[in-house]
Amino acid sequence: MNNPHHMNPRSLKSRFTTRFLRALTKIRAQKPISSSSPTEIFRRYRKIKVAADKSMAYSVRSRKTWSRAMLWKLRSRSHRRRPVKTKFRQSVMKNTKTTTTTGEDGVGFGVEASELRELVPGGEAMDLCNLLDETAHYIKCLTTQVQVMKKIADFYSL
Amino acid sequence: MSSRRSGSRQSGASRITDDQIADLVSKLQRLIPELRGRRSDKVNASKVLQETCNYIRNLHREVEGLSDRLSQLLASTDTDNEQAAILRSLLM
Repeated sequence: MNNPHHMNPRSLKSRFTTRFLRALTKIRAQKPISSSSPTEIFRRYRKIKVAADKSMAYSVRSRKTWSRAMLWKLRSRSHRRRPVKTKFRQSVMKNTKTTTTTGEDGVGFGVEASELRELVPGGEAMDLCNLLDETAHYIKCLTTQVQVMKKIADFYSL
Repeated sequence: MSSRRSGSRQSGASRITDDQIADLVSKLQRLIPELRGRRSDKVNASKVLQETCNYIRNLHREVEGLSDRLSQLLASTDTDNEQAAILRSLLM
């Protein structure tokens, strides 16, 4: 299969791919004797899902609020600490351009906006403008993640 | 559209205007396959946000499905350096 397209090594897609492949290799190396039991498969599923999210968040680093929120969540989960919402909100707000008082969405789509806040990592601490902007970037990253994961899965299905 | 937001804390540079919100909403609209074909004046912001939520949920589900698929595939293949190199060259 000849692929004429070469990925820009600095692109999000290639950064994610490199990290994710590295993580997958590590996960495969951890294969126990009974690698096909349902429990093992589920554990591996969790590891892969976390690896996918981690790889994406690290590829974006702290440039976006949502990636900072995701990294924070992943770190506190791995250290088994209970995430403190107020502390996080403060640290997020510090770096976010705040132009409105919180809780006010203005222009009349408050219900949809709060639903969106729950779907975008760190969304609850963003004002509407930032939320919309971060959502656009988050969606781009998610579609990249799906695209790459599909290619890898198809490759291993051959 | 409703009137300008009043009483907002201004940090000098940005007071959120309706235009800014409208721009951001139409930027979102272009990213969502459901809404991409339609002209922006026919789709209101509420609908865009709603479809955005649905789209994100679908993407999350796709990631979960793919993780599941990969976990089963990894169970049945052996570690192979050559395979990894081929894969990398396909993706890069």
